[in-house]
Amino acid sequence: MSAQAESHKPLFIKVWIGLLALTLVEILLAYIHFEPLIMLTMLMGLSIVKAAMIMAYFMHLKFDLPVLGWTVSIPLVACILIMIGYFFPDAFRIVDFGFRGWQ
Amino acid sequence: MSESHSTSVATQAGWGGGVSPYGVGYKKLGMWLFIVSDALTFSALIVAYSYVRIANDWPTPFEFYPAIIFSSVMTLVLLSSSLTMVFAVDAGHKGDRAAAAKWIWATALGGVIFIVLHVREWLHLIHDGVTPTGNPFGTPLFGGTFFTITGLHMTHVAIGVIYLAIVAMGFKSGKYDSEDVEVSGLYWHFVDLVWMFVFPMVYLMSTKVS
Repeated sequence: MSAQAESHKPLFIKVWIGLLALTLVEILLAYIHFEPLIMLTMLMGLSIVKAAMIMAYFMHLKFDLPVLGWTVSIPLVACILIMIGYFFPDAFRIVDFGFRGWQ
Repeated sequence: MSESHSTSVATQAGWGGGVSPYGVGYKKLGMWLFIVSDALTFSALIVAYSYVRIANDWPTPFEFYPAIIFSSVMTLVLLSSSLTMVFAVDAGHKGDRAAAAKWIWATALGGVIFIVLHVREWLHLIHDGVTPTGNPFGTPLFGGTFFTITGLHMTHVAIGVIYLAIVAMGFKSGKYDSEDVEVSGLYWHFVDLVWMFVFPMVYLMSTKVS
């Protein structure tokens, strides 16, 4: 265990540098003019990559049994997709048709 | 129980108990389950935020200084504290209690710096008239969603700092084992992970571009 952990230390530093680099890209993107939805997609894409890096390396999932990673990620991703798929499009309904006030 | 999180035990199938299908201890599995539920809380808030952001004329008031500089440095501090936490877990597994405690304290310090910077950032906004119920930019939900999401996250960081301090002292004195350090690390990395979504959603999407 300790020999294995020792070999991971340079890897963790590389992951940390990678996360900082992706954050820098995100900050630079914030200063380029994009449509909000394109901007949101790009920023969320980068954030999902960063989250995956944190979960795989810092939270050790890459070195645990695969079943643990699947058990925690499948319900999470499913619930988030339901929230995005059902509720988020409704925001555009208000934009397109307008809010008529409380009846 | 110490061998319960070795993978060899996990691969033994059987109905008689004593089998660890996930190859981790009960504390680590418990923390993972908590993280899943807490992640859903933040997901709901972030989806709700995206909803009101799209459905309203959303202001983009964050200047490069102070908001973006502060929040970027906060991101750097939080990511670095995750690295020191990994080193703490590493030292813990090697049985080096003093080194592990030192790295955990470094991580907690990162959390404290994050909170101090964030409170400064909040005070800038409050000074500009942004409150949970109103702001000078015209969309009242801007303040409400901002303080709810960043406030809940800051609460998690504050709880994390207290949690880490307890684990650092307990691990050094021999009260806790290396699994306890690892479990506290999972919580800390999760708090870091949430900020990886909050920072672009709340700050970078509302940057003032001249």
